[in-house]
Amino acid sequence: MQDKAPRTGPSMRLILLCVVPVLVVLMALPRFVDIYQTQLLTYGLVFAIAALGFNLLLGYTGLLSFGHSAYFGLGAYSAAFMVRYLGVGSMELFILGGIIITGLVTAVFGYICVRHTRIFFSILALALSQVLWTLAYKFFWVTGGTDGLRVPFGSLTLLGGLVDFKGGGGYQIFIIYYYYYVLLLFSVATVLMWVIVHSPFGKALQAIRDNETRAQFLGIQIRRYRWLAFLISGSFTGLAGILWVPLNGLVTPDILYWPFSGEIVFMTVLGGFRSFTGPIVGAVVFNYLKTYAVASTEYWQMLLGIVLVMLVMVLPTGIVGTVARFYGKLTRRP
Amino acid sequence: MEILQIINLKKYFGDTHAVDDVTLTIQEGEFISLVGPNGAGKTSLVNVVSAYLRPDSGKIIFRGEDVTHAPVTERVKAGIARSFQLVNLFDDLSAFDNIALAIFSREGKTLNLAKLAHLDDEVSAETDSVLGQFNLLSKRNERARDLAQGERKLLDVAIAYALKPKLLFLDEPTSGVSTRDKGQIMDTIASVVRGERITAVIVEHDMDVVFKYSDRIVVMHQGAILAQGVPDDIRNNDQVAMILLGTSGPDAFTRKD
Repeated sequence: MQDKAPRTGPSMRLILLCVVPVLVVLMALPRFVDIYQTQLLTYGLVFAIAALGFNLLLGYTGLLSFGHSAYFGLGAYSAAFMVRYLGVGSMELFILGGIIITGLVTAVFGYICVRHTRIFFSILALALSQVLWTLAYKFFWVTGGTDGLRVPFGSLTLLGGLVDFKGGGGYQIFIIYYYYYVLLLFSVATVLMWVIVHSPFGKALQAIRDNETRAQFLGIQIRRYRWLAFLISGSFTGLAGILWVPLNGLVTPDILYWPFSGEIVFMTVLGGFRSFTGPIVGAVVFNYLKTYAVASTEYWQMLLGIVLVMLVMVLPTGIVGTVARFYGKLTRRP
Repeated sequence: MEILQIINLKKYFGDTHAVDDVTLTIQEGEFISLVGPNGAGKTSLVNVVSAYLRPDSGKIIFRGEDVTHAPVTERVKAGIARSFQLVNLFDDLSAFDNIALAIFSREGKTLNLAKLAHLDDEVSAETDSVLGQFNLLSKRNERARDLAQGERKLLDVAIAYALKPKLLFLDEPTSGVSTRDKGQIMDTIASVVRGERITAVIVEHDMDVVFKYSDRIVVMHQGAILAQGVPDDIRNNDQVAMILLGTSGPDAFTRKD
């Protein structure tokens, strides 16, 4: 009898062994930490979705976008507009409408950006994002300008109206519910992204990243694939923006400004852009890092700058890359 | 039946006539060697026919269709594949994924993003069979960058082969490997290509290899075709011996000194 060759894919058992405990801890956490910590972690998970989307371009396609604030902001403003001008309060409608709007704009921006690669791609993405920032900043009678638009949690409903926050309990109840809501969407987004990067399409993206000439000689139309990757990437980041608005209660043009694009890059590099979980870990850690840096010193930007410099010099593969290397060394020893 | 017709093809780089008015017909199933000194235009010719470079003038007819201006992806779909002189792999992907990707692309499955690649048993089985044909099965899970030079050369050819081309260009498949490995690599390639009756054009410097495997030899010099014929014709062609070896005589190619 002929032995069937073992499958080359990732080991499902190992993945479940890692994922299940993490999920259990995340599910149980609000019982053991205070509301502030739960809120912080919710922010972290939201940013994780954004970084996950961003890394489809950086880690898997080899394109560094310095303009992902645009898609985060588009998602956020879409939701805020729906509250302000349509009186919508359903989170599901925000997600639906927000992803459609983000997707449409991403499709156009992506079409322009993927005609170039490397630094030209990065700068183009940055420039386009700043167009949106200018619009949000200058058209204040629509966007509220620097005052922004408010999205009060009290007007929100989750799960098609099943959960609302008109009753007592206020913000605390909202955070608890919202945490689980975000956790659910974060899990769905993570599974989706995992499937995408392990699909033939995901492999094709990695091939384009490694060697675009050879990819072309396999018959892969590289520009179309880059555009699709851009579209998916922007939509994920847009979803994060939609989820971020009710949590923040307010959206201002800051979220479209380029330093926020830089923060998304920072998160991803911090976690490690060469691993799937890198951006997730990076986003959560970055969120804590920034929060505590802001709380502890007036010079928090300097503190973050030092961390970034250290990171690039000492841990170029990020947190996850470094941990994986140490783990590999440990297990290889007899 | 002719599979490829190259008609008055020209490719100039400034004053350099890399491909200078080349006309060449290739029959289906032939194993052709393209030889000539460095700078003769062998790689340029392959580059133009495989759409890596655009021709300045002339025509390329592949299986009756004019493909002169067809982009790379269309020519690949039509059935023209190539390997590269300087190994061109997906370095961070495993040997398995390098081959599997070629098969996914050939089957039009690369736009599928809702299915896990490693669960496609058909592609996996074919990938393993290609790896086996090229003696790379033991390396299937290693990253391409971690393979030895000879293995990288074979993998480069295997990727092109996995596209199931009708016409396969191999640009110096044995350059940069030891003489000992050379024979083995060529044996592997020749048996696969002949076994599948693929028309192959191979750019090669080693005349022992060329004489051993070719049906027909095409000699290029300064961008033009100097001579062509079966191995015995070329072996006895004084002009060719003079250009390739700098010496001539009845036993110029076999004399070892």
